[in-house]
Amino acid sequence: MNLTTKDYEEMNKKASPNTKSYMTIPCAFIIGGIICTIGQALVNLYMYCGMQQEQASTVASVSLVFLSALLTGLKIYDNIAKVGGAGTLVPITGFANAVVAPALEFKSEGLILGLGAKMFIIAGPVIVYGVTASAIYGVILCLFNLV
Amino acid sequence: MEMFIDYLKAFVIGGLFCAIGQILIDYTKLTPARILVSYVVAGVILGALGVYKPLVDFAGAGATVPLTGFGYLLSKGVKEAVLNHGLLGAITGGMTATAAGITAAIVFGFITALIFKPGDKA
Amino acid sequence: MSLKISQSTVILPSCPGIIAYASVGGKKEGEGPLARYFDLLNDDTSFGEKSWEKAESQLQKDCSSKVLEKAGLSPGDIDIMFAGDLLNQCIGSAYGSREMDIPFIGLYGACSTMAESLALASVFVDNAVANRALALTSSHFCSAERQFRFPLEYGGQRTPTAQWTATASGSVIVGQSDKAPFVRAVCFGKIKDMGVKDVNNMGAAMAPAACDTIMAYLTDTNTTPDDYDMIYTGDLGEVGSSLLIELLQRENIDISKKHNDCGLMLYDREQQDVHAGGSGCGCSASVLCSYILRRIEDGTMKNVLFLATGAMMSPTSLQQGESIPGIAHLVHISNTKG
Repeated sequence: MNLTTKDYEEMNKKASPNTKSYMTIPCAFIIGGIICTIGQALVNLYMYCGMQQEQASTVASVSLVFLSALLTGLKIYDNIAKVGGAGTLVPITGFANAVVAPALEFKSEGLILGLGAKMFIIAGPVIVYGVTASAIYGVILCLFNLV
Repeated sequence: MEMFIDYLKAFVIGGLFCAIGQILIDYTKLTPARILVSYVVAGVILGALGVYKPLVDFAGAGATVPLTGFGYLLSKGVKEAVLNHGLLGAITGGMTATAAGITAAIVFGFITALIFKPGDKA
Repeated sequence: MSLKISQSTVILPSCPGIIAYASVGGKKEGEGPLARYFDLLNDDTSFGEKSWEKAESQLQKDCSSKVLEKAGLSPGDIDIMFAGDLLNQCIGSAYGSREMDIPFIGLYGACSTMAESLALASVFVDNAVANRALALTSSHFCSAERQFRFPLEYGGQRTPTAQWTATASGSVIVGQSDKAPFVRAVCFGKIKDMGVKDVNNMGAAMAPAACDTIMAYLTDTNTTPDDYDMIYTGDLGEVGSSLLIELLQRENIDISKKHNDCGLMLYDREQQDVHAGGSGCGCSASVLCSYILRRIEDGTMKNVLFLATGAMMSPTSLQQGESIPGIAHLVHISNTKG
């Protein structure tokens, strides 16, 4: 075969069907939008029950995490995600799904080294980089006396 | 009516965050895990620059439910903690502010994993 | 005594026969267009086991028992078995063959394992190193998914070029026989890597290896695609198949009318949400052991090139930024000995 990897990459690009973005992006928008609207409904509900805005927002997040965990356990979340794409990935429900799915899947390797250790194989980096970024921000605030 | 506008704002802004995520999946080589990390870090930075708070005030859950909201919460927590405790706040602030979400994910994840059985993809 | 005619092609003058073959599939395979050719189909993809790895071993066990039953043989009649699967350290085969009590050789050829094991079994029989040899492979969607990709409940989207790992197993017993099908020649493939890094496009990673092996075999035997009824590749899927045809066209070899791919045959791609087609060693194995061998046996096809391709990467190599090396082994199966 007289073919460079570069030529082959071109051939491959031509042969590979593209993602149908005219479908995936609107789907992500709608499903992600719906999840956020449910979040807003929960915030309003908790505020109606007498909570402060901030507390209501926190409890709404916890509720969404709970719902996502439940739907993951019932094998519904991955089916919504098939259509939703980033719409189910980006909201906090996607984070919860990324924690629950490996915990459930790797239970077969034991409660400690399976469930316990593998829980954060997908979602762990989010906490690592998020928390590190926030700590750096805190140090900058102190160093430059910004507060 | 006011409530309807609340929902509409949450829907549109939340939807936009997700649509941007989908564009990143479709048109860049970023994997979903990298996108989640970028969103959280972006949230921290936007929060630090003071850009994200107006968005939260405007869109409510539309800005707090996407993972950028998680990053925003981290930066907000750190800022408040540094104000009260100085450098120690840089260590404690982020996790304190996000404790509810993280603990909920761990505990509900644990319980779900105990109760349910893994299943085939139909 | 086998006749080596080039670096990679070996002619088998005794034309070892395929005494029996069997295929087992899961639920999705049972809903596919080849369902009626399978020996066993199980709607319960856990095969009654507690983990997916155990399920895959059970799947292999079902398949090896079935092929022995169809041949009317017991494990003691088999001199050697070649078995492989996709799991780390080939545990699907090792645990699946625990009770067999047959000399065992474990193979890892990724999705090419069926052709690899069948080729080795045929060479052993042709040289009378074994009177009867068993070739056996399997793959399981769930065990492969959790090892190579994500947990099953994780909400990820598959790209259009991604392939679906078949939950299936295929096995053959090779021995001297007067009854078709016969193995006339084998061609062992070389590792080819054209720099494809997308694990969701394995067909593209394997197509160059398939092209290389087909060219080598046609050149070595001085034949053209017209000398064969069909050329079946294993698991190139939609993207890999069109790339293979294009690659061969550049060398002035036209297989477009003679080619089909097991990954495109096992499922109905319109209805079954498998994107670019099936994959996994069970895919080509079960298509060979259900549809293809039956069609050769009944004489509908006289000469067939069966070519299973494998993507020889691991999650570790991919995370380190390596590209995906491909492999393709070829077996020439015929309805007649001469």
